[in-house]
Amino acid sequence: MAVHEIVIAGFGGQGVLFLGEVLAQAALSEGREVTWLPAYGPEQRGGTAYCTVVISSEPIGSPVVSDPTVVIAMNRPSLDRFEHAVRPGGLIVCDSTLTGRAPERTDVQAVAVPATAIAAELGAVRSANVVLLGAALAAHPILAAESVRAALDGMVADPQVVARNAAAFERGAREGSRP
Amino acid sequence: MKRILMKGNEALAEAAIRAGCRAYFGYPITPQNEVPEYMARHMPRAGGVFVQAESEIAAINMVHGASGAGVRAMASTSGPGFSLMTEGLSYMIGSRLPGVVVNVMRGGPGLGNIAPSQGDYFQVTRGLGHGDTHGIVLAPSTVQEIVDLMPVAFELSERYRLPVVIAADGILGQMMEPVTLPEPIAPPPPPDWATTGAVGSPRVISSIYLAPEDLERHVLSLMRTYQEIREREQRWEAYRADDAEVLVVAYGTAARVVRSAVDRVRAQGLAAGLIRPITLWPFPTTAFERSPRRWLVVELSAGQMVEDVRLALSGRAPVGFHGRVGGVVPSPAEVAEAIRSAVVGEVVRA
Repeated sequence: MAVHEIVIAGFGGQGVLFLGEVLAQAALSEGREVTWLPAYGPEQRGGTAYCTVVISSEPIGSPVVSDPTVVIAMNRPSLDRFEHAVRPGGLIVCDSTLTGRAPERTDVQAVAVPATAIAAELGAVRSANVVLLGAALAAHPILAAESVRAALDGMVADPQVVARNAAAFERGAREGSRP
Repeated sequence: MKRILMKGNEALAEAAIRAGCRAYFGYPITPQNEVPEYMARHMPRAGGVFVQAESEIAAINMVHGASGAGVRAMASTSGPGFSLMTEGLSYMIGSRLPGVVVNVMRGGPGLGNIAPSQGDYFQVTRGLGHGDTHGIVLAPSTVQEIVDLMPVAFELSERYRLPVVIAADGILGQMMEPVTLPEPIAPPPPPDWATTGAVGSPRVISSIYLAPEDLERHVLSLMRTYQEIREREQRWEAYRADDAEVLVVAYGTAARVVRSAVDRVRAQGLAAGLIRPITLWPFPTTAFERSPRRWLVVELSAGQMVEDVRLALSGRAPVGFHGRVGGVVPSPAEVAEAIRSAVVGEVVRA
């Protein structure tokens, strides 16, 4: 089975580490091996934040990745920084509301979703990260959507937030499966 | 057995409590702060003691005291704090006291930074403080291995009556991985040398021997223990090493990057393998009895363990080195290139 090396990047406070943890919990529930590594420098709300998630059926060597298979870029600096790192044939998903541009690479699958605008429209402005997650999974079957949804529900206590996340995930999945 | 996701720092704290540790002392320093955070919440619930000391010097001396009273005790820190603890570690060795100290290594020297590093190798292996000091040093490379080595650390520490150091790094501390936790064990009863009260004959724990002949006898006894440890406690893991033409030596996080690099070069037909020391002291010299044509050492340092590899090989084969410093972690692609260069270098020299 393929090894997925995923970088999720954005501003601190956008739910970058949370999104990675959702993927890690979902991978665990599917019985996979997984590593979740945050960038743990002097990060702060509004500063840059990113994490690396590696998912494999085999024991994982390096948790550090230089050429990810998937990049989820939640702002412009993240797209600028990680677009060129993605492995040819890989996937870039970006929040086009905040990146202000689509990915330029032609040798990767690029999905530009106005996630922040969609989240605002759904009344779930803090769930823009989940819109991107739905889009990424629809575009590239990293893990089963059901296990990711279950992991997402399991990590949030507030039922209203669970409902908002579910709506954001479904909408993202529709965006990500557009040809 | 249920697998759960845990950060290395939290997993090591939980594993210590489950291994019967009932006293934790520390002072905040990144990248190990989740350890005291976790201990502050969970150690009292286990009936143990958590103290945020006023400094690392105080913390290690609190370990000294608790251990002297027969309690499984530990501290955790990172480079700058570890330097402060070496005074107390030397006193513990001189006093033949067990105890576990975790060093989640960060970039140095000085304050350096908080990024992952293996720059404290010399410090933990060459002597834990002043005098003729040694303690067993364990180097996990996964979060599960941190959990598995924690009870081993306490047991070894008590068997030999010497401190045990767990040498991790910022990535191992900060990373989450699936772990299976062992069932908790009850703390062992205080050993017969512990100072649990002057009932019967008084017991004294001390590291002072003013007469040279007395101190010599004491140090010779320590040296016999060191030798016994060298003979009995070497641990390492080999990966794809049996038919390897080039063997790479790395530990901790660096060994994980090497493992990925070995897979990369193997896929291109280069027979590489990995020797991963698990005990840094005693250095697993028996892993070096077989000699491939070429060796390469990869470290997150300027080149420290490479000296032990060269000593173990005694000039039988050339040993190359690839290291990154300052908290930079090489990618598997970079290390794969270093492995290829090591082999090419041999051809050029021949």
